Amino acid sequence: MLPILAQAEIPDIQWLPLIPHIVMAGAAVVLLTIVSVAGRWLPGWFAAAWTVAAGLGVLATAIPVWIRVDQWGPHSTIAGSIGVDQFSVFIIGVLACTVVLTALVADGFLHRESLDGPAFYVLLMLSAAGGITMASANNLIVLFLGLEILSLAVYVLVAMHLRRAESQEAGIKYFVLGAFASAFLLYGIALVYGATGSINLAEIENILSSNDLSDNGLLLAGMAMLLVGFGFKVAAVPFHAWTPDVYQGAPSPVVSYMAAGVKAAGFAALLRVFFGAFGPIYEEGQLADLRQVTDDWQPVVFGLAIASLAVGSMLAIVQTDVKRILAYSSISHAGFILVGVQAATDDGVASVLFYLAAYAAMAIGSFAVITVVSGPGDEGTALDNLRGLAARRPLLAAAFTVLLLSQAGIPFTAGFWAKFEVITAAVDARSFWLAVIAMLAAVVAAFLYLRIVVAMFLDAPDADAPRLRVPPGPAIAIAIVVLFTLAFGIYPEPLLKLADDAWLNLRLWAH
Amino acid sequence: MSTLVDLVWLIPAFPLAGVLILMALGRRLGEPRAGWLATAMMGGSFIATLLVFIGLIGHEGDERETVVTLFEWVPAGKLAVDIGFLADPLSITMALFVTGVGALIHLYSIGYMHGDEGFSKFFIYLNLFAFSMLMLVLGDNLLLTFLGWEGVGACFYLLISFWFTDEANASAGKKAFVTNRVGDWGFLVAMFLAFLTFGSLQYGEIFFEVESHGVAAGTASAIVVLLLVGAAGKSAQFPLHIWLPDAMAGPTPVSALIHAATMVTAGVYLLTRMNPIIAEAHGWVPDLIMWVGLGTALMAATIAVAQNDIKKVLAYSTVSQLGFMFVAVGSGAYVAAIFHMVTHAFFKALLFLEAGSVIHGMDGDQDIRRYGGLARLLPITSMTFVAGWLAIAGVPPFSGFWSKDEILAYAYGENKVLWVLLLATAILTAFYMTRLVLMTFFGPPRWVEAEAQVEAEADEGPEDTAEAAAEAGPPHRHPHESPWTMTVPLMALAGLAIVAGVFNLPFTSDVHFLGNWLKPSLFGNSGHLPFGGGTQWILAIVAIVGSLGGVSAGAAVYVRRRIDPARIEHPFLARAWRIDETVTNFMGGPGRRAFERTTQFDEQVVDGAVNATGTLIRRAGTKLRVSQSGLVRSYALGIAIGAVGLLVWFIYRAGL
Repeated sequence: MLPILAQAEIPDIQWLPLIPHIVMAGAAVVLLTIVSVAGRWLPGWFAAAWTVAAGLGVLATAIPVWIRVDQWGPHSTIAGSIGVDQFSVFIIGVLACTVVLTALVADGFLHRESLDGPAFYVLLMLSAAGGITMASANNLIVLFLGLEILSLAVYVLVAMHLRRAESQEAGIKYFVLGAFASAFLLYGIALVYGATGSINLAEIENILSSNDLSDNGLLLAGMAMLLVGFGFKVAAVPFHAWTPDVYQGAPSPVVSYMAAGVKAAGFAALLRVFFGAFGPIYEEGQLADLRQVTDDWQPVVFGLAIASLAVGSMLAIVQTDVKRILAYSSISHAGFILVGVQAATDDGVASVLFYLAAYAAMAIGSFAVITVVSGPGDEGTALDNLRGLAARRPLLAAAFTVLLLSQAGIPFTAGFWAKFEVITAAVDARSFWLAVIAMLAAVVAAFLYLRIVVAMFLDAPDADAPRLRVPPGPAIAIAIVVLFTLAFGIYPEPLLKLADDAWLNLRLWAH
Repeated sequence: MSTLVDLVWLIPAFPLAGVLILMALGRRLGEPRAGWLATAMMGGSFIATLLVFIGLIGHEGDERETVVTLFEWVPAGKLAVDIGFLADPLSITMALFVTGVGALIHLYSIGYMHGDEGFSKFFIYLNLFAFSMLMLVLGDNLLLTFLGWEGVGACFYLLISFWFTDEANASAGKKAFVTNRVGDWGFLVAMFLAFLTFGSLQYGEIFFEVESHGVAAGTASAIVVLLLVGAAGKSAQFPLHIWLPDAMAGPTPVSALIHAATMVTAGVYLLTRMNPIIAEAHGWVPDLIMWVGLGTALMAATIAVAQNDIKKVLAYSTVSQLGFMFVAVGSGAYVAAIFHMVTHAFFKALLFLEAGSVIHGMDGDQDIRRYGGLARLLPITSMTFVAGWLAIAGVPPFSGFWSKDEILAYAYGENKVLWVLLLATAILTAFYMTRLVLMTFFGPPRWVEAEAQVEAEADEGPEDTAEAAAEAGPPHRHPHESPWTMTVPLMALAGLAIVAGVFNLPFTSDVHFLGNWLKPSLFGNSGHLPFGGGTQWILAIVAIVGSLGGVSAGAAVYVRRRIDPARIEHPFLARAWRIDETVTNFMGGPGRRAFERTTQFDEQVVDGAVNATGTLIRRAGTKLRVSQSGLVRSYALGIAIGAVGLLVWFIYRAGL
């Protein structure tokens, strides 16, 4: 054993950038240990409080990393497999906030459904740890590991509701299809390795900028397979079919995490690979005059974006279940984010980051409202259950209205700026048709949110509707996201600036 | 250089402060103090506008344009947008009548909303609306204008849909939302196109670009046509006009402020503001604006003839008058458009407020067939109504005559057919307004009969109905004059409606005040009349004869009964050319079915036919596994097909 150790090169590891990863994963393991040893003496809110603290801890430890990158510039650690850049720190921030808010939403929910126990929180944190790894992976295998850590935890979370057949069904469905999509991804990684001889993203970019591989069949097939895998995770059409079923079946707080966290991690990974490794090649500040790899994948993303926008917004209109409506709406949001990805510019990346942050807030808030409204058994998710909510719970209805208007992209909400930024990025990249279609889709999509608002405000509540209890956890979470949505809707500059600074460029640390 | 003009930020700051204070303290202030506060804020805003106006007058003609930037809003980069205000003759003219008429309507609302449980909330919305409208007008870039544009829309939904919860309001809110989304789409695309072409959203920079580098006619045409879509949505032009008459379901001061004086003129303002781009567009673009305006004006005027709801008559009349303004913009008569906008703001706000006063006096009844003989009972209301009527009918020397005459003159210069049709519209306007006045204020009081009928029914009916009637209101109608907070604004507006013509007299260029004042904002794009003063006199005489003819025709039908009114008030007109029904039927019928089919397709083919089987099996409560495997298989097939699709593309790219 010793000789082997002597031969192995121990890479130089900088620990500071890894602390957010370690805090998130470590908190999950420690929570499991504490509860299994001392569970019976702990108060019911302990696990939720622990998770909130862990999320805030990740957020706090991410700040020094951001400052360090600001001073030293982006770099990498563990033999170039983990990227330390502001792009990844931004996504880590989004994921940490998602964990905090989801834990707040889940607190009352788990108690109501008699699902108490630390399992939910442990899985939530483990999944987020996987997401953090995806967002900072600089190596295709590390990226795949992160994606599997993220996904495996979510499969279980989806099936968590023991007494709901739909939840179990959704879990198995998501698992089987997820495994299928992961196989595509892994195969894509193998093909890219075959074409370039590397799994390191920075090296792949280097190779592509010095060799013209833009018509290499192996590389292109690999890109196709990778897009299938990522397309599944972010719920882009035609890899979207699972979304409505799984969103409908999964416990509502889990859906809020899936819509906000999983989507953010998926898009982060997509951008790292496609904008990072397969990104545009510059020569002296100008787009290089050779055949760009981006020319190969941009049209595909263009198509995926249009399909997602069309299917998402058209089909959401005719659903009658709020969770299904929001599932289709999340597909259409994926379409909007792809509009930013398609631009393949720094502005496009910034617009995607802004969109992910804004959408995380709207999605968590919306599903938090549904968690509260759905009532015991998590069954009351039909549009009819929202009838007359304004009369029963005016504040809750007002909050939901703000979030829905933000999803529709009405000015003075963060959602407006999100759409505005991606469309500006598309116009800037001369993708006019995509911009026009995105705007049309925004118009169509506005109706579906209007339907929910109308149901809340204009229909009378059923006389026998049960009294709604809003537990403090979800109430705090909803208040936070509504404030976020309005504050950055009125004054978006700080968040825009943050997203603008969080740029992604692998070349800086390619040696 | 610090001058009074730098105070421009105060104009929107006052109503914003009003919103914030009322949000914090509104309930505690209660009635009527919340209303007084809101009115005071509008008054402050009006005084601020006056100060800026005085400041601007102090400048030389060409320097009457100042941009006051408060702070950088969207950070630098390719798209830098500031919160900045543009104080120039055009924006300050708009701001003057928005704040002036707005303050009067606020004052009126104190009396009108008396006793309403949402009293202070109503004033929050009104102040918020005024703030948004002022941002729209004063913003120095397209984005700020767009945000104000959306803001006034949002306040409108708040005031219509959420204020009352009955079915009519809900449907009105929905219809307005839909048409406005279509309009917003046009505005947004135009905005992006402008940004792409000129690299900026700031008016000053855009116009500088146009002047120094010019712009391709095709691009300019596209921008203008898209802006026209936006403007048509906001200003209720055909075919996006269907929301305005329905929106009359809201409180009357809202109709006066939003649907007559201010918000609906935003489209005209936008097009006037962008006049340098219109000047660069192909020739058919201004013609399109003109014909859209004419079509709307003529159609709405015919509909107004057959309406029986006092507010509906005024609503269609508003649509029609806005059509006049579009005709003016299309024929390059920007000054005439703004002039008519100002006079229209005075007389139409006046007419709506009077309608409110009448409805107030008639305990909520809006049907003019049950009015009549109110002149004696509501002396101030009827006196001021007559002023509004003569103004809109175009009888000299009332204000409407001067502005309408100018538009007609330009229309004559543009196209004779256009002029004839527009003149016909003006005659119709005089006709239906005469009908409204005669049926409301003169003739036998028909509300007595209606009252007797109701009473007779109540007497015959069972006891409890009579009791309910007694509870619902006083058993006898006593039409009564409104409190002073309502009549003072009426008199002020009536005065303005009578004399506002002096703002822009046609006799010599020296008394063409508004035209001279607006010159710096129009960059010499204003049209010129291709004929001399003689023709102008003849046209004016024709217009006078026309409007007097319209008035006497109205009198002949509704006083002398020369023709049976039923023959004029054709059901086709009463039902607004059936446009509304057709749209509703389509959206409810084939349109909805098309959407449903798409879903069916998705559910049955895309989601897999197994889905249905799955539901059945789940219902039967047997073997979940069967449904799962089936569903998953079809979903996986979808993924696989997608993957093959992507592969085919990439292989094609690889040239294999």
